[in-house]
Order: sequence, then C-alpha cells, then structure tokens
Amino acid sequence: MKTRSIASFLLGTALSLTAVSAACAQDKTVKIGALSDQSGLYADLGGPGSTLAAQMAVEDSGLAAKGWKIDIISGDHQNKPDIGTAIARQWFDVDKVDVIVDVPNSGVALAVNNVVKEKNGVYINSGAATSDLTNAQCSPNTVHWTYDTYMLAHTTGQALVKAGGDTWFFLTADYAFGAALERDTTAVVLANGGKVVSGVKHPLNTPDFSSFLLQAQSSKAKVIGLANAGGDTTNTIKQAAEFGIAKGSQKLAALLLFLTDVKALGLETAQGLNFTETFYWDMNDQTRAFSKRFAAKMKNGAPPTMVQAGVYSGLRHYFKALEALGGNPHDGVKVVEKMKSMPTEDDLFGKGEIQPNGRTIHNAYLFEVKKPSESKAPWDFYKLVGTVPGDQAFTPLSESKCALLKK
Amino acid sequence: MQALYAQLLVGLINGSFYALLSLGLAVIFGMLNIINFAHGALYMMGAFVAYFLLNNDYLSIGYWPALIIAPIVVGIFGMILERTMLQWLTGLDHLYGLLLTFGMALIIQGVFQNYFGSSGLPYAIPDQLKGGMNLGFMFLPIYRGWVVVFSLVVCLATWFLIEKTQLGAYLRAATENPTLVRAFGINVPRMITLTYGLGVGLAALAGVLSAPINQVRPLMGADLIIVVFAVVVIGGMGSIMGSIITGFALGVIEGLTKYFYPEASNTVVFVLMVLVLLVKPTGLTGRAA
Repeated sequence: MKTRSIASFLLGTALSLTAVSAACAQDKTVKIGALSDQSGLYADLGGPGSTLAAQMAVEDSGLAAKGWKIDIISGDHQNKPDIGTAIARQWFDVDKVDVIVDVPNSGVALAVNNVVKEKNGVYINSGAATSDLTNAQCSPNTVHWTYDTYMLAHTTGQALVKAGGDTWFFLTADYAFGAALERDTTAVVLANGGKVVSGVKHPLNTPDFSSFLLQAQSSKAKVIGLANAGGDTTNTIKQAAEFGIAKGSQKLAALLLFLTDVKALGLETAQGLNFTETFYWDMNDQTRAFSKRFAAKMKNGAPPTMVQAGVYSGLRHYFKALEALGGNPHDGVKVVEKMKSMPTEDDLFGKGEIQPNGRTIHNAYLFEVKKPSESKAPWDFYKLVGTVPGDQAFTPLSESKCALLKK
Repeated sequence: MQALYAQLLVGLINGSFYALLSLGLAVIFGMLNIINFAHGALYMMGAFVAYFLLNNDYLSIGYWPALIIAPIVVGIFGMILERTMLQWLTGLDHLYGLLLTFGMALIIQGVFQNYFGSSGLPYAIPDQLKGGMNLGFMFLPIYRGWVVVFSLVVCLATWFLIEKTQLGAYLRAATENPTLVRAFGINVPRMITLTYGLGVGLAALAGVLSAPINQVRPLMGADLIIVVFAVVVIGGMGSIMGSIITGFALGVIEGLTKYFYPEASNTVVFVLMVLVLLVKPTGLTGRAA
C-alpha cells in the first residue's frame, strides 16, 4: 500500500514537472547564482564585487521593464571544491538557479563545472584561470569568459622568453590553477627555445615565501615565474624585493596579476612589473563610465577588476541570448548554444566571439605598472604596452582537446 | 649545504613570530586560564594600528614609535575586552572563554574586512632597516635579522618578568590561589587585566613587526593563529619558556620542510603536534594538570 502511494506520488510529480516545463517556454524568470570566494585571498578580485557586477548587469540589461523577473543569490565557496559543489547542487535542486557566474579558484571551478553539466545549467566562469575548462574538461554548459592560463602563458610568458629570459624557475601554487599555469607556460618556454631549470610547489595561501625565494635565487634561473595568484602573488613580490631579487639579475614574472594586487603591493614595490589582463578600468570612455558607477557602489571605492568586469559582460551576453530565445527555456545547453551563435560585444571587452569549446575570445592587453610619479589618481596604475588580438592570445581550436569539437 | 644554512636562518625568522605570538598566548593561558582565540585578530589590529599611524590626514607616525604605540593601543583595547566581557567567565569551563574569544575574533576580522577588503595594504620597511647583507651562503635582509634579534630580546624579557621578578611572583601566586593573594592586599582583578593587556600587547607587537614583511590584511592573524596554537600545545599550555623555544624550533622545522618537501610545509607542524600529544599529552615542557 505504502509503496503504491509513493509510486503514484512520484508519477504525479513527474507529470506535473512535464507540465511545468512545457509552460516554461515563455517563462521570463531567471535566477543567477554568484559563487565566489567571499572572504579569503580571492575575495577582492571577485567576491562581493562580482555580485555587484551581476546586479549591475541585470539593471543595465533593462529586462525588468520588459516583464522579466531576475533574482541574484550569492554564495561563499571558501576556496574548497566540496563546499563549492554542495552550494551549486543546492542552488540547482532547491533554489532553481539557472546560471552560475564567477567562481574563482580553478580547483573549485572544475568541480562546479561537472555539477553544472549534470544539472544542465549555465556556467559563465570569469574568475578561474585554468584552460582545462575549455580544453580537456570542456562542457556544453560552460562559457569561460575573461582569461585563462593559456592566454597568460602566450602573452606575458612569451614576451619574457623573447626578451631573453630563457631559463625559468617556477613558484607554483599547489592546486589545479598553479599546475595549469605552470604547464601552459612551460610549453611556451620550451617552444621558444628556453628551458625550465626547476621549481617548487607551495601550499595555497602561504604567508611566507622566503624559503622558496632562496631556492629560486640559488637556481640562477633568469626568470622566476610566479604561477600563483592574489595574496600569494603579492606576498611573493614583496618578499622578493626584500631579498634583493628584483635588483639582481633575475626577473620576476607575475604571470597573473590583478588590479587589487597592485593596490596591495603599492606602486613603490610593484612599479615596472609586466603582466596581461583583458580589462582595465581606464581603457576608454565606456570602461571609465562603467567603472565610475561600479566604484561608487563599492565599500572601498575600488574600480572593477577584470574578473568582476567579466561577470558583468558575461551576464549581459547571456541576457541577450535569453531575449533572442524569447524566454528562459531553463535548458543550459540550449542557452549556451545560443550564446555561442551570437558575436559578443559590450562596453567593457569590446567585440569578440565564443568558440564552440566555450572559450570567449577577445583582445588581451600587456600592461606595465606605473612608477609612483606617473600615477595621477588613486587607482591610476597601468600603462598599456601592447595589444594581443584574441585569436593569437587564446588556444587555437586546432590545439584544443575539447570533445565538443569532434562532432 | 649552503642552502641548508639559509633555510635554517629563514626558519628562525618565522619562528620569531611564532614565539612572540605563542608567548602571549601562554602568558594569558597561564595567568588567566583563558584560551585566547582572539589573539590572531589582535595581532592583525597591531599591524593595522601601525598602518593608521603612518597613513592618516593629520600626522604621520613611522615604524619606530609604532613599535611602542601600537602595542599600548591594542593592549588597552584588550584590557577593555577583559573588563567588559572576559572577567565574567572566571571560574567557568575553558570552553566558554574559547567560544567568547573566537566570536570576538570573527567580529573584529569581519569589521576590518568590511572596510579594507581582503587583499591588504602596503607598509614599507623603515629606511634604517632597508637593504641586506651578503652572508656568503645567503642574502639576509637586514629587516629580517632585526626581527629575530628584537623578538628574542622581548621573549626573554617577558620570561624574566614573569619567572624572576617580584611582580611575576605575585602573578603566579594569584593564579595558584587568588583568594589567598587577595588577603595580602593585592588587587588581583587589576593584575589579571594588566596581564591580559600584556599578552595582547605582545600580539600587537608581533603585528607591527610583521607589517613590513607581510601585507597588512584583515586575515593575517587568522592564517597564523592555528599554527600558533599548535606551537602552544606542543610547548605545553601555559609554559613561558616552553612556548618560546617551541616557537623558534618549529619555525626552523617548517623551514627545513619547505626545503625538502615543500608541499608538506603547511601540515608538518600539526603532524608534530599529534606525535607530541601521543607521547606526552601535557606538551614538551608542560606540567601535569
């Protein structure tokens, strides 16, 4: 009797679900989940600022006036893949989230990638770096918006090798991101005739790098490649200056550096560093206007980092796809296919496209940190040194191992 | 071999922070019987006070005065905490003190994080201590050498104050039997407040010392405090000399791990803690309860 009633209950639920999804064809509700490190070492480059960027994307899309109902919830993955996937599952199962955005920390990002695919949601990743998201572990539900390790290696890395830095020592954060960045940069170094002398893997969130820096110093490598991010990178650079590395013959390669990292270092220490980003607030009138509105809403008045800008742009493109579909089908693969079929264009990243593997292609910019005397305003940190077109900066489709390409 | 010397020295530098912080914890635990989880947050406040002293609109006070002012300011803050909250927990189980201080730590960190974000603020090395010297086997930044020497002096002075002076004797007696000491006309509650202030001041001092090396960040204490607790447990809860020696020793062991097997450098302290607890549950120098 009992089993029978459960069976009929399940049948009933299944029937009503089919009814609901049929009715949803013209559904105009969207729920966004902004998943980030809200309080740890990546919180300033993503975190609450990414949630703000998502809110601004919703406001600027003007969809509310057209009858759409869009909600945003945010979560803190604490840089732990298990917590990240637990939140993602709850969001899909209980909160009925349609799209997850941001997700810095490659370890968490890859874990969430699987959940989104399983639940057929949409995943617009901005914060994570690993190129695996659109390569070996690509998914039909994922768009990787802002940057990746391949791009960092082929811009900053390549420029350094070509400038004569042909022997490398890697200081690598010991998790998915560090491994990916070291792998991609090593490939570039080798391809350009250089060699990797040695390296050391350090735990995520290390306060003291002096032991590692001494090893880097005694390796006599010409370039010390920093395959780490956020607080780890700023601590390394600051302490490298202390140990006289910057003044010696060795060059530091900050492969991944964010605006907030430069702020934390101070221009005195950071001046002269070369690195690559795909967005800077002071590029043109549009980016300045957006950044001004953004900074006004931030507690510390900070303009957006490229990660936060990526959350905004990615969502704007997502909304365009939804509008083109005429409603939210609540079908991740379908929405992402639509996103890939439309060229990307917005105020922050300019023109671009999303490749079949989910990789968004846009320009990458080589920057140099200004001297303290050159900086005219509180966040005036970068000098533009060069521009690399998207098709040269990111993985060519011929090199991608993504299974989606073998159709 | 040369590289090994260098790693030993670097370990000693980190050890001096562990020693200063675990010393403060040991003083507070030994005298007040409170497991002060707010220690990391107060260490962070020390660094922030130094930062504010230098970067404000009115007068810019540099590193040297900050070494004295910051511990006093944070020490007073600590004494207020003790007077308004901690003193009500006297005689209760350790757990209450732990929970209260843990809560305070979260609140203090949360407030700082709300205003300053998580990536930190720069604080420059004072001009007199800039640069470094070549020791043959390594390049030693002068500032790091200063940290080792200075913290060693402070640690030994604190040890001397508590173990060898009249005041220290009163303190120890007050922990042993507060009622009896009070009968001799000594104001025990005031002494306890001052002791907490001293312990907190030591944390703030460590904060100022570390400001030029690390970023001044709201979470700088949270990252360190767990290791420091392990140091205190290994050294023996409440043992002053034990925590000083263990602090320096663990810094060195951690440094060596960074050289031989870097991936384990975060965990080696805890592995040691487990081993010590298995063999000698009171810690290396602890007395049986």
